[in-house]
Formats: sequence, structure tokens, C-alpha cells
Amino acid sequence: MRSLEAVGCEVVFGIPGGTILPAYDPLLDSTKVRHILVRHEQGAGHAATGYAQATGKVGVCMATSGPGATNLVTPLADANMDSVPVVAITGQQSRPLIGTDAFQEADICGITMPITKHNVLVTDAAEIPRAIAEAFHIAATGRPGPVLVDIPKDVLQEQTSFSWPPEMRLPGYRPTTRPHGKQVREAAKLIVNARKPVLYVGGGVIKADAHAELLRLAEETNIPVVTTLMARGAFPDSHRQHLGMPGMHGTVAAVAAMQKADLLVALGARFDDRVTGQLSSFAPDAQVIHADIDPAEISKNRRADVPIVGDCKEIITELIDAVRAERETAKAVDLAPWWETLDSIRETFPLGYNWPDDGTLSPQYVIERIGQLSPSDTIYTAGVGQHQMWAAQFVKYEHPRTWINSGGLGTMGFAVPAAMGIKAGEPGRTVWAIDGDGCFQMTNQELATCAIEGLPVKIAVINNGNLGMVRQWQTLFYGERYSNTDLGTHKHRIPDFKLLAEALGCAGLRAESREEVDDVIGKALEINDRPVVVDFVVGKDAQVWPMVAAGTGNSEIMAARGIRPLFDEDI
Amino acid sequence: MTRHTLSVLVEDKPGVLARVAGLFSRRGFNIESLAVGRTEYPDISRMTIVVSVDELPLEQVTKQLNKLINVIKIVELEPTASVQRQLVLIKVRADATVRSQVLETVQLFRAKVVDVSPEAVTIEATGTSEKLDALLRMLEPYGLREIVQSGMVAIGRGARSITATAVR
Repeated sequence: MRSLEAVGCEVVFGIPGGTILPAYDPLLDSTKVRHILVRHEQGAGHAATGYAQATGKVGVCMATSGPGATNLVTPLADANMDSVPVVAITGQQSRPLIGTDAFQEADICGITMPITKHNVLVTDAAEIPRAIAEAFHIAATGRPGPVLVDIPKDVLQEQTSFSWPPEMRLPGYRPTTRPHGKQVREAAKLIVNARKPVLYVGGGVIKADAHAELLRLAEETNIPVVTTLMARGAFPDSHRQHLGMPGMHGTVAAVAAMQKADLLVALGARFDDRVTGQLSSFAPDAQVIHADIDPAEISKNRRADVPIVGDCKEIITELIDAVRAERETAKAVDLAPWWETLDSIRETFPLGYNWPDDGTLSPQYVIERIGQLSPSDTIYTAGVGQHQMWAAQFVKYEHPRTWINSGGLGTMGFAVPAAMGIKAGEPGRTVWAIDGDGCFQMTNQELATCAIEGLPVKIAVINNGNLGMVRQWQTLFYGERYSNTDLGTHKHRIPDFKLLAEALGCAGLRAESREEVDDVIGKALEINDRPVVVDFVVGKDAQVWPMVAAGTGNSEIMAARGIRPLFDEDI
Repeated sequence: MTRHTLSVLVEDKPGVLARVAGLFSRRGFNIESLAVGRTEYPDISRMTIVVSVDELPLEQVTKQLNKLINVIKIVELEPTASVQRQLVLIKVRADATVRSQVLETVQLFRAKVVDVSPEAVTIEATGTSEKLDALLRMLEPYGLREIVQSGMVAIGRGARSITATAVR
């Protein structure tokens, strides 16, 4: 406990249990650390992730041994995929009992080895401060990630003297943050000479707090920008140079820009398969500058012509200077023809949606209106599926850390507990969770926590009665055979989300027609003494477009069903 | 695919072997041979790992290994610039009629006999994996009762030390 206070931890999400009890006892007296008692350990993990993403600090969750610890597996895997600094502290059976299949014993270090940045079993009470200090250091530095500290009950109970700060002993951990000067100059050379460059911005830019530097680099070079799902908000959506999100459900302009580019400047991005589509046909003519803090990401999926290892903030800062220097000698390349091409694509294939033919409410409209009616510093989170993609497309993000979602692992049920963590970290700001009816039913129990702990989050359940994204694939690729995607939330209204919300201590609202939408959003924004759940009953046949079908190349992007922009046209 | 020998310096902590082995299997690599032991520094262990893999995936697995917090340093040892040795114990059928022929083979390979019984001898041999394979081929006709092999260990030629530069 003293270690947690000393390391600057303010909020812990967790649930006590047998083996972690000795750590919970002093928590009762702590004035520096607030503990939020969640309803399920998975909620604690996602809340820590949401907190960390919103504040940039390390998120902390705590659980007991055995099932408490294994319930953290999903959020730890999630945080690992999205490089989120999280520290999990778990109780473990007493040392003499380890390895005997004792009650609530699980080898959580073994279990989480592949899904954490690091983990450690503490076997000596005197080592606790060092273990906690190292865990926070490892979680927050380099490429951030989750770290688990497993502490046996008898170690927690031992008497020991406390000294802070402990000496860290990490001979094998030396993240590179300063970029190599020669590589930066090489990159600047390519940037200055490119005719069709694109800045491919990933979540690393937000983690490095490099959005201001990115804006300067973009404006000085006039290069078009695309922001990945993890980077929404790293560059203002309203900016003329922003082409939107690339990838499977990206804008036609963003996907086209990358496919036609002669230079990709990847900043804190990892060439994920949802961005590249079929790798062999991805950006076929582009040279690649790949800047990332993790050397293992560079040339993992796509070979980099100029690799730069380092912190994005430092890299972009040095890149700006290097580009200026390069410009003094090189002849400027006119990007006007490139912009002409991109502008024409952008105008021909803007993001949009059609109202459903059956007269039902359009989910895209609901999400768009939430974005338009909420304060500009609102933070949004989402579950995983259609509603997540629409939230990424139709809410306009102007600031970093205003869009927090589960990108890499694609964890359904992320939204409600993440919103709880975000609100705990940013109590003064409006927090909207755009959720689906499928996702919402996985983790809504944390609304009880939010109601009791005074965390008035706002949940928009985009209720289409189905596992919408799976249904969309069944419509497109499985001959409209809807196997097990109808959840019955329309047909039987089970559960009734309005009543469920009220039962959980929240305000429950509902909108079923276009006319009600603004009114209900207005009401939800006014309620700040408790959480709000809005059941938006929407049509089940709305689809996410544009789309690059899985396994196909990005040039096969469909702007809408049956409409394929002709990318083979010469430009 | 080519064979590569990696020398990996790790902190001597519980679970390090599992971390390293798990990383190889998780990323789809087969470890051909693995040996772990102490070094001249009390808290550093050294693993020698032999893998058959192409150049690019090898680079990826090396980078991933480097990300393990307990891994201090990784060096690839080229066969020409290093000494590589493996140990094998071979129990071969050798009654009085063939024993002298078996012993002749043992001498040819500069191996030695470490145990004898009326029906069998146990031979200890060290060398590169090629030499040991050749010895095994020669002994096979007599009847191999049992063999046990260590992992490969390797050290760079010359005066340079990879541990000395790692702890500095």
C-alpha cells in the first residue's frame, strides 16, 4: 500500500478476496489512494485501461488469487494489444501452498506471460517496493503495456521495513527514445522528394503526446494525414489535410491515398492487418519510413526503407528540423496534383449513410447527433462491432485522448467499464460510451459501481437487437443465413434496457424515432447526478461502409454495397 | 531455412526459461537445441539456442526476445567464428565379438568409454552436431540401446567476451 502511494497511484479498481486481504486492510486508512469496488474483475481491468488512456497515467487494478486473477486475463490481453500502461496486482496463495493446487490457486504469472509486457511473482516482502516501482516504470516507459505483480498472502503479511525509492534493477530493459540522427535525415530526404506522400498516424502519437508536433509537421509539409482507429483524435478531423481513418472500414480517400502513395510515413503505427488488408497488394508503390518506439514493430509486416526507433514526440520534432534543413537545398515538389486527386476522391466518396428503407431509426444518425450535441471536450468510448466503427466514423474528434476503444484485441464489453475508468480519471468531462446491445450485456453490471461510486457516465446502447457486425458478414458472405445473431432485445425486449438501467441505479431513457433523438440526448446530457443509459432502438439492417472484405486487397474497397471506386484508373 | 546459433544472456530469475521457450513456440519457431547454464556472473545465465529459420523471421524473433525484460543481450554466433560443442552419451550393444571394432570407432572419433558391461559399452563424445551424427551412423550397425544428448553450447573465438560488454 505504501508503495502504491509512493509511486503516485490515485485510483485502484478492484475486488478483495482471501489472498489479497492483507493489502486491502491498510487501504481503508489510505487518504491518497481511492479504491473503486467493481462488480467483476474484468470491469476493474478495463476501467484501469480507460483511466490510463484518458489521463496518460498508469491504470491500476487489483484482484485476489485464482478466479479473481484469471478474470483479469481479458483486460490484460486487451491492454497488451493496445499498448496501455496498466499495473495489475494480484494476491497469490501463501508460499508453502504454491504448486499444491491449493484453494483459489492459479499460476497467473504463467497464464499471463504471453499477454503482459512483464510479470513477476514477489517471494520476499522486502522486495515489494522494488517490484511495484519496477512495474510502474516498465508499464509506462518504452512501448507502454500491462505489468502484473503477483504477491503471495504470507509475503503480504510479513513485517518489513519500508524504504522509498527503491533501487530498480532492470539490466535488460533500456528502451530507445532518442532517434538516430542519420535515419531522421534519410527520412527527411524522402519526405521532401516525395510526390505522393501520406502521414500514416497510429496510436503511438497519442501515447507520446506528440499531436502538437504532428500538426506542425503536417502543416509545414502539406502532406495528407490518415489516423488509424487507435489514433482518432491525434489530428483534428476538421483539418483540411485530414483524410480520415484508413483500413477495413476507413474512408475511401484514406485508403486510396495509401494505395496510391509513393511514400508512407508511419508514425507510431504497426501496419495492422485491419489497416493493410492483403499485405502483398498494400500500398504497392510506396517507400516506407517507419517510426516506432518498439524495434520489433519495424519491418514486422511491411519492410521499412527507413526505420527510425524512438519516441514519436522526439522523432517528429527532429523530423521537422531535418525537413526544413533539407528544403534549403532541394527543389520543392509541388503536391498540388496529389491533392487534386485526393480531393476529387474525397468529394466523390464522402462518408455517409442512407436511412433504412423500413422506416427504422438510423444508428449512424444517432451517433452523429451525439457527437454534434455533446461538449467539444467529451470523451467517447465504445464496445466492438458496428457501433464502434460508426462511432469512429461519425463522431468528429478534434483532440487526443477523446476516443478510447479496444482496437487490437477487439474486446466486446469494453465500453461500460472503460467509461467508468475514464470518468474516474476525468470527472469534470462528459463521458459517452457508445455501446451495442450485445456488448452492453457482457459488462453492464459495472453501472451499479458507477451509480454507487458517483461516476455519472452516459451509455448509448445502439440497440439493433442483433450481433450487428456478425449479422452484416452473414448478410454479405453467408447468404443471409442468420445463425445465432438475433439477441431478442427487439423481439422480446429482453432485457428492457430502460428498466435494467433503473434497476442499476441509473436513469433509463429510450428513443425509437428520429424525432426523439435530439430530445433524449439533451436529457441525457442534463443528468449528472447518476449514470444514464439511453436505449436507442435502431434498425437491424444498417451496415458499416466503406468496407474492404477480409482477405482482399485495399484496392478492392467498396464505398457501399456494389459500388467499387475504380482505383485502377491512372492518375 | 538455415541453422542459427543464438547466445542469450538472461537474468537468473524463476520463469526465464519458460518466457523464452514460450516466445519461440508462440511465434511459431521450433527450437532444435537449447542449453542453459551459469556464467562467470552469479546473477546471469546463458542460453544457447539453435533454430532453423530464415533471415527475416530470425530478425523478428530476436527483436521479440530482446523485448523480454529478463533478457539482457542476444548474440548470433557464426559457426566459423565460434566454437560449438554438444555432448552425447551412447549405450551401444557390444559383446566380446564386436567390442574391439566398437572401441576402434571410439578412438577414431576421439570419444571415450565411460561404462562397460558384458553386453554393452557406454560412450561419451563431444563435438559439433555433424561429428556426433557421423559417430552415431558408425555405431548404428552394432545396435544403439540408448542415446542422450545435451543442447549445443557455443562461445565466440578470440579474446572478446559477450558477457563482459553486457554487464558494463
